[in-house]
Amino acid sequence: MQGGLHLPPSSPWKRALSLPFSALQVFVRKLRKAYGKSEWSTVERLKDNKPSYKLDHIVKERYPTFIDALRDLDDALSMCFLFSTFPRTGKCHVQIIQLCRRLSVEFLNYVIASRSLRKVFLSIKGIYYQAEVLGQPITWITPYAFAHDHPTDVDYRVMATFTEFYTTLLGFVNFRLYHSLNLLYPPKIEGQSEVELKPTEGEAYAMDSESYLEKLSALSASLARVVAPTPEDDVEMDEFPVEGETAEQMDARKKEQEVLEKQKKLFEGLRFFLNREVPREPLAFIIRCFGGQVSWDKSLCIGATYDVSDPSITHQIVDRPRLEQQVVGRYYLQPQWVFDSVNAKLCLPVADYFPGVLLPPHLSPFVTEQEGDYIPPEKLKLLAMQRGENAGEESEEEEEEEEEDDNDDDDEEEEEEEDDSEKEEETKLKKMEEQKTQSKALPVKVTAGKVRLEDKQRLEQEQQSEEKRLAIMMMKKREKYLYKKIMFGKKRKVREANKLAEKRKAHDTAIKEEKKKNKKARRA
Amino acid sequence: MLSSPKERPRFPQQLLPSAVPRRFPRTIPPGEKHLCLPESQSLRAAEALCVLHHPHAAFLSTLPQDIRNTVGNIPMEWYQDFPHIGYDLEGKKIYKPIRNKDELDKFLEKMENPDYWRTVQDKMTGADIKLTDEQVDLVHRLQKGQFGDVHFDPYEPAIDFFSHEVMIHPVTNRPADKRSFIPSLIEKEKVSKLVHAIKMGWIKPRKPKEDTPTYYDLWAHEDPNSILGRHKMHVPAPKMKLPGHEESYNPPPEYLPSEEEKLAWEQQEPAERKLNFVPRQYRCLRAVPAYSRFIHERFERCLDLYLCPRQRKMRVNVDPEDLIPKLPKPRDLQPFPTTQALVYRGHSSLVRCLSICPGGQWLVSGSDDCTVRFWEVSTARCMKTLPLAGVVKSISWNPNPTICLVAIAVEQSVLLVNPSLGDKLLYGATDQLLESYVAPEEERVQPVQWVAATTEEHGKGIRLVVQHSRPVKQVTWHGKGDYFASVLADNSNMQVLIHQTSKRWSQNPFRKSKGLVQCVLFHPIRPYFFVATQRYVRVYNLLKQELTKKLMTNCKWVSSMAIHPGGDNIICGSYDSKLAWFDLDLSTRPYQLLRHHKKALRSVAFHKHYPLFASGSDDGSVIVCHGMVYNDLLQNPLLVPVKVLKGHALTWDLGVLDVLFHPTQPWVFSSGADGTVRLFT
Repeated sequence: MQGGLHLPPSSPWKRALSLPFSALQVFVRKLRKAYGKSEWSTVERLKDNKPSYKLDHIVKERYPTFIDALRDLDDALSMCFLFSTFPRTGKCHVQIIQLCRRLSVEFLNYVIASRSLRKVFLSIKGIYYQAEVLGQPITWITPYAFAHDHPTDVDYRVMATFTEFYTTLLGFVNFRLYHSLNLLYPPKIEGQSEVELKPTEGEAYAMDSESYLEKLSALSASLARVVAPTPEDDVEMDEFPVEGETAEQMDARKKEQEVLEKQKKLFEGLRFFLNREVPREPLAFIIRCFGGQVSWDKSLCIGATYDVSDPSITHQIVDRPRLEQQVVGRYYLQPQWVFDSVNAKLCLPVADYFPGVLLPPHLSPFVTEQEGDYIPPEKLKLLAMQRGENAGEESEEEEEEEEEDDNDDDDEEEEEEEDDSEKEEETKLKKMEEQKTQSKALPVKVTAGKVRLEDKQRLEQEQQSEEKRLAIMMMKKREKYLYKKIMFGKKRKVREANKLAEKRKAHDTAIKEEKKKNKKARRA
Repeated sequence: MLSSPKERPRFPQQLLPSAVPRRFPRTIPPGEKHLCLPESQSLRAAEALCVLHHPHAAFLSTLPQDIRNTVGNIPMEWYQDFPHIGYDLEGKKIYKPIRNKDELDKFLEKMENPDYWRTVQDKMTGADIKLTDEQVDLVHRLQKGQFGDVHFDPYEPAIDFFSHEVMIHPVTNRPADKRSFIPSLIEKEKVSKLVHAIKMGWIKPRKPKEDTPTYYDLWAHEDPNSILGRHKMHVPAPKMKLPGHEESYNPPPEYLPSEEEKLAWEQQEPAERKLNFVPRQYRCLRAVPAYSRFIHERFERCLDLYLCPRQRKMRVNVDPEDLIPKLPKPRDLQPFPTTQALVYRGHSSLVRCLSICPGGQWLVSGSDDCTVRFWEVSTARCMKTLPLAGVVKSISWNPNPTICLVAIAVEQSVLLVNPSLGDKLLYGATDQLLESYVAPEEERVQPVQWVAATTEEHGKGIRLVVQHSRPVKQVTWHGKGDYFASVLADNSNMQVLIHQTSKRWSQNPFRKSKGLVQCVLFHPIRPYFFVATQRYVRVYNLLKQELTKKLMTNCKWVSSMAIHPGGDNIICGSYDSKLAWFDLDLSTRPYQLLRHHKKALRSVAFHKHYPLFASGSDDGSVIVCHGMVYNDLLQNPLLVPVKVLKGHALTWDLGVLDVLFHPTQPWVFSSGADGTVRLFT
């Protein structure tokens, strides 16, 4: 089938599309017949009158409000980013791939312009981004830039159908988003009139028709606005005391807002340079989202704004074990620094991220630990840093100073914390054991009586637990089942957290021992 | 009509085969046909001539001018052996030249004759012909591939025969066809077909290009209430799970799986796996490879979106503490037994049954070691041991405080034993009461035999032996202390017998068996009799001799039964670890089913005065519950478990075999498979 739309029979879209879809089927049948009869004029005529269909009404029906559409944008973005990385041959129509590329680049540009990126995460599957648009968190994943190993057990037609819908949706969303920021919709790069859009340097790089998109996708230039922005536009929000909201909540919200504002200007005033081994697009996107300036080698991609030798560069992102020549006055950092800084909402100390250094673990920003969950020590350190406590940093410095010091303060503290909880558990267990032994057998031998101090608290606790146990016995069957299930889930959670903590402890001790051994070896 | 061709073919005559014969006579004059060239060239030239114009050789020879030899166009080899070479017009032989030229002659001629190169031998006549200059020129031209005619210019400018200019004269003088005056039928047919197709809508006019932009403000007039029918119950697609620390390219070390975990992950079914990837650590971003299942995951997401039916699920978001029922605190329901006070040791095998004297001073226990022991409750001292012939299945102390008699079920008989404990007057009176029996005059047919004990037995304390036909399972006294019932291990209607001690008379109350009887019970006040079969408890009115009630226990196999001293409530313990509380006034179904025990219940008991009941189970525990029955009929009984008593060791998977309350104190006795009897106070 030519341009046929593959829809499963149960698809909800099928009904909405049934009329144009049947027309399409008829068209294909007629075309095939004309080809078979070699009636070329008929073929021409049919091709001229090829029926087309639009998905606008379906988008509108599915998402009656714009917020609805934003809420469901995750899958659309992920799919468009995936399709835009497909090779231009074979798997699907080139037009779709180009459209996906265009729409995704437009969206990225919007995120840069609105500075709405919040979280980024380097996972083994790809790079996750989370932006907050109109209060809606939008998360998408992009694959790493490698050629796809196209699987055979995937029905690309289904995916193409979804993509068709998603491109329509994303186009409308982009239009609306650009207009909400007073940007021109088919986006224009700022400071270039129509004539100038044919760049001299671009000619060597790409064809005229493509160089525009390439330039846009370089993400280095800001976009043209319909109305020039004035500083007065950013009116500060008036504060209205809302009823039923305490001052604390207000303060908390204010603080949050401040942190957000600060995060938006995280890289402001910093000038980055990306080495060629670093993935350009994600890093350029992230840096630009937080107000930094970024450039790269001219031969790498269009849109480079300054050279390596520029003395004003403050950070150079490098991903190779060693550098031959280093320029004084700039930091050479691994790309993880950018990601971790964005997630931490502050520029992290650079020492851990020098080229060739063993990197600290990269944590997921999407995890919000609740009480009782396992929190990795790195996260605790980070939280302390965010709170403004410098303990972590100091101890690190100390660590650096006295390299051979085995027990750094941090670890000790953490261990103590862990120990505390463990101790509590142990005491509990002991208590339980005591209870059991007491109830088992009374000592027959009469010995000189010891005044046993009865722990009133303990007794009370014991009694309460027994009461609870007895009450549980009286539960109804269904409730008991539910209760047991809930308790099982809770216990499993605790068990998992304990297991992780244990593993970490074992790992830390192993590392410590290795260090000791090394020290001894060095001494000997 | 035909339009004049713009470009004329260059050599129109060459394309016409008829033009060729016309040309050659002109180029080659008839008399100068024979060529004679120098050998090396002439031969080649002649061959070239022959090759080029071989088809023309035939007509050359048939020309009327060639009259010297009349043999025609035949191979001249045929005349090889003849002296002549053919015939002339007059029919005379043409003779070959007499002398053949040999090599020497040829050589000499070649050297001497300056025209040797242009001399050609005519094979027909054998004469040498000298080519003229024109002929040599012609040969050269042909050899070069040029036209034979010197004057023919192949490159002369083409003159359009038909041109765009209207000529005053017609090209042909042919009159115009008739069909050029009348409209074409075929065309008419074609046009009408097209018209018909357009009329029928088969052919559509070309659509005007739509000039609406692809993207516009779709939500310009958004109306959140304008949700269409099929999206009214729209469930938005759940978002994908956000990645945790373990998905990082450089996770904390504790998230990396160990070897065993990896192996376990590989062996799990893909659907069962908690994570759909194995966490891995890479030293730097440069080393991270592409994720091979990326497209798969996207595809599966698509499938989830359109193939998985979505439904709203009420998420259970309850605090588990709220589920626990609010019960009165056990502390407020005191007194009840809380701790183990005494252990009665002495039996060497499992203690099956217990009973206590109505005064509460003496305890009797029967065991599998074929003895019955009498204990003093307060001191745990074994007062008496009564060795018997078999395993003691059941034991029951006469509830009448004025009679000191114990019924013991041993094998096929029920022994009535006077333990001779306590008040001497009392047990003496009992003996007297038994001896005062006067046998009736006429013998009545009885299902059992009443036998007075022998002197040896009498010394042990046995007074009467009721011999049954089958092994006795249970024996129980009526509240007054005169009647007692025994249960036989039998399938027939003779499962339950009721005996009267004072008259030494027994009867079988049931005509028909209603199932395997587990235990029987007398109502404490009214003339009711409870018979528990495997699944039902039947209540018979002994006076009216009829079935009054049938209680469904909802259990698989009833093991034991006890009645509240008020007589309106019954508890049934069952082997499927349930305890059913029946309110006889309320319903025939259990008021409450308690599943406290983890294993089969062996026995249940009510306290005589306190609102307590206890159950003993194979899991080795005795659970004491508060079971308050109110006099107010509107208020349901209040059941609260108050204490779990543990102490018996499990032996052969058996724990507690019998429980018993002290008649006056809130104490509970339990006998276990470990051969001990324990008192909890």
